[in-house]
Amino acid sequence: MNRPRRPFTSADLCLGTAVLGVALFAALMAPWLAPFDPIAQDIGQRLSPPTLTHLLGTDGLGRDILSRLIYGTRPTLALVALVMVLSVPIGLTVGIVAGYCGGRIERLLMGVTDVVMAFPTLVLALAFVGVMGPGLINSAFALALTGWPAYARLARTETLQMRRSDYLAAAEMHGIVGPRLLWGHVLPACVPSMQIRLALDLAAIILAAAGLSFLGLGMGPPTPEWGAMIADGSKVIFDQWWVAASPGAAILLLSVAFNLIADGLRAAGDPSRA
Amino acid sequence: MRARYGRRVLRRVAGAAATLALTIAALLVVTFALSSLSPIDPAIRLVGDHASAASYQQARRDLGLDRPWPVQFARYVSQVLRGNLGTSSSTGQPVRDDLAKVFPATLELATLAMLISAAVGLAFGLLGAWRPGGLTDGVIRILSLAGNSIPIFWLGLLALYLFYAHLHWTGGPGRLDDAFEYTIDRSTGLVLIDTWRSGVPGAFVNAITHLILPVLVLAANAIGNIARLTRAALLNESAREYVILARAKGAGEARVLFAHILPNASGAAVTVLALSYARLLEGAVLTETVFAWPGLGRYLTTALFAADVPAILGGTLVIGVCFVVLNRCADLLARAVDPRIL
Repeated sequence: MNRPRRPFTSADLCLGTAVLGVALFAALMAPWLAPFDPIAQDIGQRLSPPTLTHLLGTDGLGRDILSRLIYGTRPTLALVALVMVLSVPIGLTVGIVAGYCGGRIERLLMGVTDVVMAFPTLVLALAFVGVMGPGLINSAFALALTGWPAYARLARTETLQMRRSDYLAAAEMHGIVGPRLLWGHVLPACVPSMQIRLALDLAAIILAAAGLSFLGLGMGPPTPEWGAMIADGSKVIFDQWWVAASPGAAILLLSVAFNLIADGLRAAGDPSRA
Repeated sequence: MRARYGRRVLRRVAGAAATLALTIAALLVVTFALSSLSPIDPAIRLVGDHASAASYQQARRDLGLDRPWPVQFARYVSQVLRGNLGTSSSTGQPVRDDLAKVFPATLELATLAMLISAAVGLAFGLLGAWRPGGLTDGVIRILSLAGNSIPIFWLGLLALYLFYAHLHWTGGPGRLDDAFEYTIDRSTGLVLIDTWRSGVPGAFVNAITHLILPVLVLAANAIGNIARLTRAALLNESAREYVILARAKGAGEARVLFAHILPNASGAAVTVLALSYARLLEGAVLTETVFAWPGLGRYLTTALFAADVPAILGGTLVIGVCFVVLNRCADLLARAVDPRIL
């Protein structure tokens, strides 16, 4: 688990981070970057093909697709961040505590983890949001509900590997015990493999979130959301294909970016398997 | 020796069955929790908004909603075990009958997608691992990365536009053209078998033209996933010492790959395949919505819009149980294929 000396030597990592950076930039600077108001309707211009004024055309209500695409980075990245904040700490806590305590606590915690790990993510998220009501927070909860077990398994494996290590024994001899030991000495060891897993998960979460919003379970109109934009475009797919094309490409690009980051991190952490 | 082996297998199967039962019980807890947390009051659903307080209370008593929740849960579990999933408020039919009607369509779609993605994915994985870093490997890596990252509902829409509306190569949404839709006897619910047995000229071919797009679109994610993981498993094995030994003894590349590496990587491959099948059943939800495919997924999404809680939870439970069973099968199969996994 040696950390990469020069983190940006891999082309994968560079490309993935660049795309993610562009998306973050677009989300932060949306009001200045977007040429039009993303929810301003202009019925006279509805379903216009790509032109010089509307670079990606307009949708069924005459809204500029490029502007909606730029504003659409906000809910997407917000959801991804929320799921991350919800699922990673739970998973790490469960895994580290299980790995460190061992015995009955370990069996109980890992039993729960295994059970939840076998749950279907998308369908449970669908049921959760369908029953509890659509929205960003509910979508994030729904996806985090089945997202944490992967981190728990990973953290447990890492913790088990170092439980009997001299490194931990030395820390304990210095009087570092309890939460401080787990937080300051065990947790950092889980970070490299967790990053890889996280990047992979986020690629999948973007797809699941887009699926939810495509089915109408996102934040709801008129908020520009990529999945919902594809759903709008699906009504006119046979005549105006460009309405659905660009938001899907944006989802694909961001998901590829996270996958590339995962590949890059993995190659950097383990040079033998480039 | 043999007796001990038999006992170990038996214990393993018993252990797997126990985990399976536990997982399904946990799934039931989740669906039950969702139904009780739901803001939709089933009693109001039953008696209507304008019912008197007395009939509302009566409905609550009839549904058992006035009992403490452990009693409600026990009741729910016993109902589910007897196959009673409640009545759909949008179709007015028992959810079980509805599900039995739509399940074959999903099963057919997911199974065909599974066969295709297994064949293509394994082939891609093998080709990629043959010369890692080569041109073929690069192309396959890009393809599987794209397949892994593509939103399938979007791919489905574009495929419909291009191959159906624009080029007229394939059939459109639905399982059959309208000309056949009402003339074919749906005894098995599997469109390929039904059209084959009906003997109506052109029906079988029509079914294939309708199947081809949804199957390929659904398979896209799985192909990417299987190819990536197969390649990784093969490369992982090829760094081992026994491979070096085989090469030193003069075994050719093909022999090294097929006789030495492949058997050792097969445990991983089997796991990937079984997990992919589970994911395909789940992915069918989105694919069916795009292709107006009358399966479990579309039933679920229709129920979502009607806020039809029994149907949503019944559908979730069926997909969930299939998913969980396949997941557990993956564990068992991997151990059967590769005895090193404990």
